[in-house]
Amino acid sequence: MSATTRTRPQGDAPTAKVSKQGSRARSAHVASTVVMIVIGLAFLVPLLWVVLASFDTEASLSVAWPDRWSLGNFSAIWNAETTFRPLLNSLILCGGATVVTMCAAILCAYPMSRFRFRAKRSLLLTIIFSTGLPITAIMIPVYSLFVQVNLIDSMFGAILFLGASSLPYAIFLTKGFMDGVPIEIEESAWTEGAGVLRALWSVVIPLMRSGLAVATIFTFVSMWGNFFVPFMLLLSPENLPAAVTLYTFSSQYGQVAYGQLAAFSIFYSLPVVALYLFLGRNLGKGFAAAGGVKG
Amino acid sequence: MTTDAPPVPGRTAPAPRRRHGTLGDGLTLSRALPMVPAGVLLVGFMLGPIIYSLYLAFTDSAIRGDGASETSFVGFDNFVDAFTDADFWNSVALTLIFTVVSAVIGQNVMGMLLAQLMERANRIITFVVTSVVIAAWILPEVVAGYLLYTFFAAEGSLNTILTSIGLPGQDMLFTAPIIAVSFANIWRGTAFSMLVYSAALSSVPGDIYESAALDGAGPVRRFVSVTLPLMRPAIATNLMLTTLQTLSVFGLIFIMTGGGPARQSQTLPLYMYEQAFSYGQLGYGTAVALLLLLIGAVASLVYLRLLPEEDKR
Repeated sequence: MSATTRTRPQGDAPTAKVSKQGSRARSAHVASTVVMIVIGLAFLVPLLWVVLASFDTEASLSVAWPDRWSLGNFSAIWNAETTFRPLLNSLILCGGATVVTMCAAILCAYPMSRFRFRAKRSLLLTIIFSTGLPITAIMIPVYSLFVQVNLIDSMFGAILFLGASSLPYAIFLTKGFMDGVPIEIEESAWTEGAGVLRALWSVVIPLMRSGLAVATIFTFVSMWGNFFVPFMLLLSPENLPAAVTLYTFSSQYGQVAYGQLAAFSIFYSLPVVALYLFLGRNLGKGFAAAGGVKG
Repeated sequence: MTTDAPPVPGRTAPAPRRRHGTLGDGLTLSRALPMVPAGVLLVGFMLGPIIYSLYLAFTDSAIRGDGASETSFVGFDNFVDAFTDADFWNSVALTLIFTVVSAVIGQNVMGMLLAQLMERANRIITFVVTSVVIAAWILPEVVAGYLLYTFFAAEGSLNTILTSIGLPGQDMLFTAPIIAVSFANIWRGTAFSMLVYSAALSSVPGDIYESAALDGAGPVRRFVSVTLPLMRPAIATNLMLTTLQTLSVFGLIFIMTGGGPARQSQTLPLYMYEQAFSYGQLGYGTAVALLLLLIGAVASLVYLRLLPEEDKR
């Protein structure tokens, strides 16, 4: 360490003292960085496979550098039946359900954030509790009910259920963000005679835009990746979203074309990756909220 | 803009008086009107099925066979059947292994480790590694299932790496499938714990560590007696969320192993699915689902006890 202090001639007595402490900090820094790299590499390998395999028409199960880079896998699945229709179905299903969830959540969060009522605390606790409800565990009764009311294989029914299942978390997030909008700004709108919906639409919502973006993206992304709900509620091939067609991918072609499976996985994953990049630093907001859940 | 918990007065204490005439007022019927759509959706699609499952679990409802044409009430038969079925207990045991290994230990320890490393390691490396970890988390479940399947498969990436450095190859999808899917769940879920812990760590004031260091506390000591107690609420909350999440994992295991070979990775959700849809026993499957919910509820109660007194309320 003395070498490093000597290379800095302007370093005076305090620097030498610091360098003793600094050396311990620096070795912690190096050790942390090395451990971080090792963990990162372990997490990277499966991701590397999907990228490399998608450009390799001879892709196998193992991660390998393609002998010849090609777009063959992408062009092979570049058609309506394999790629575009499932992705469009995903968009209709998850987009529709996100709209349902966010509209209902904003409307529901407003009175909860702005008015006093006795059951408020228990209502909030119920909502927080139901965010943890394993949806997997209620899919059989949902399936059974949907069969009876003839909503099975109906995109509309699936949208409503998916929307309802994301509601508790969306209400919780939205109410939190809405609490952050100062009530005074809204009061002036009230004195000017604006009604509830008017005040909500033209004053509150614009002020919580970034929070709403977080809640909307969280909702959409979790729906986009959901497999079990559409797997149970939708049946006919023309209704199936990408999550389910990817599962049936192998059987469609007889022998599994892993390169094409990888290419389709990339198409299917791109929208959520893009949305997260868009979120960027705002990602932390949702987590401050998650950390703030107190039972 | 964090979601501050609303100031909660004791149940009997009067709410703090607000200055606002109109807005701070109590909820009237017309003001509650915007809550109706959410209420209808939640009652119709969440509460309804839950109540219906309380009925369904006590019937012989089936897709085909006896219970299909005419459903009849069978009392506790479904639960008795479950408790006397070796496959059910096999699933319970596997579910517990899966949850403890992948959520309670794996995701939590790995998430905490990464959150700690993030504070010390090189900035650029930290950014790259956390991006990779988050990427693993945001990928759709089915994609993650296929990626980890190729990783653990006999001709997969793991064996390529192991043999290239002279180690014997593994066939974990056959020899220890529950461990393979547990690792897969760690891969997929660690980012959540990492982000929760990193957010919690950043709210711990730095001077506490400095004074602990001045008192001669080493890094391990500081972690155990300063960091852990301060983060107890975050740890309890995160344990609860990851446990509930992991208990209901279906797609990841379904894609990787389908519950096999020979039920060796058939956790409760997969057992439930098999009974209800492969064998068509909707009533029995629902009973198993209720038992799954019960396990989740018990786990949540345990974690709530971990919360410090003042946070329980």
